[in-house]
Amino acid sequence: MTTKPYHDIPGTIIFDPEMAQLGYHLNQFANSLMQAANREKFKANERAYLDEWAMSEEQKQAVLARDYNQMMQLGGNVYFLAKIFSTDGLSFQHAAASMTGMTQEAYAQMMLNGGRRPEGNLYKEQNNG
Amino acid sequence: MARITAGVATSHVPAIGAAMDLGKTEQPYWQPLFKGYEYVRQWIKEQKPDVIFLVYNDHANAFDMNFIPTFAIGCAPEFKPADEGWGARPVPIVKGHPALAAHITQSLIQDNFDLTVVHKMDVDHGLTVPLSLVFGQVEAWPCLIIPFAVNVVLYPPPSGQRCYDLGKALRKAIESFPEDLNVQVWGTGGMSHQLQGPRAGLINQAFDNDFLDRLIDDAENLAKVPHINYVREAGSEGIELVMWLIMRGALNDEIELKHRFYHVPASNTAVGHLVVENKKA
Repeated sequence: MTTKPYHDIPGTIIFDPEMAQLGYHLNQFANSLMQAANREKFKANERAYLDEWAMSEEQKQAVLARDYNQMMQLGGNVYFLAKIFSTDGLSFQHAAASMTGMTQEAYAQMMLNGGRRPEGNLYKEQNNG
Repeated sequence: MARITAGVATSHVPAIGAAMDLGKTEQPYWQPLFKGYEYVRQWIKEQKPDVIFLVYNDHANAFDMNFIPTFAIGCAPEFKPADEGWGARPVPIVKGHPALAAHITQSLIQDNFDLTVVHKMDVDHGLTVPLSLVFGQVEAWPCLIIPFAVNVVLYPPPSGQRCYDLGKALRKAIESFPEDLNVQVWGTGGMSHQLQGPRAGLINQAFDNDFLDRLIDDAENLAKVPHINYVREAGSEGIELVMWLIMRGALNDEIELKHRFYHVPASNTAVGHLVVENKKA
């Protein structure tokens, strides 16, 4: 695999065609939740609804655990996955906070203070990973 | 003949739409943001555009994993607000201008910009939040709107240069339409933000303000900035800013800055907003 120019950006997965192939069914499942009837069906029995999709077991477990970092590792994209947290009645800020390991309160306060600073966050070497 | 008179740039954060829809605009969190849009609310009443060519991105709502067009022009008579997972926003249906859209399609494709032509497309917060910010809560949008969706979800999106050049071709297209129309071009999205991963919450005020400066008076060089600079410095979703270059390319080289606003945060995002007019030749 060729080295991608964005490989050294810390804490970031770029949704490129390879990730899109990996995440095709996961993302299509998420988008099915744009329909109210499907949201109800999913909420009634998440596991049964997930089993209707040709997703990997790993992807299904990540959805059940609402582990958004893991979903993205497995090809999810935030704008597709947004349908899952919207179905849960949660905001982009809630979902973003969950991916940083911060509490939602601490994350919201960081944003009020001007957000995560670029210093130390532009290259992996700066923050060791 | 149709003429482009002005441009508007604005972020299109979904939480801004939710704040309006839920009546939270006077809350201390939101009040400073909406104050930044008071100017444009008055200005638009004086400008009375007939048509807005509205550049935005679809957030996996009209286009799922099956089709992701790089540039898609909405040619239908109307477009419904999308249900993004919590029900559609309570905003008016968007009325298009099929004749002008068809003319632009013809002209841009002949000019080597290979558009995807769309006749049915629900429009998401990327398009409706800018309309709400500028027009407020209205029964019907007071003008016609041509939605122009740019892929910035699946990497790589079109380059800044490609967007800027498309803007220039768009101007030629609009100005060759025989009807006498006052047309505005809006560019939306950005500014710095990252919605994913351990780096979520990234805001880069220096990058954003440099972008605003150069969009106004150094757009030729700004267009040359490569993707990697956007995603590294302005966040994985900050790449949306390339769409502002379509608006800029469609305007005169010399523009008059009427209003500039910058605010952090709206939810996860830095909000930028410009109102610019073409200087009279």
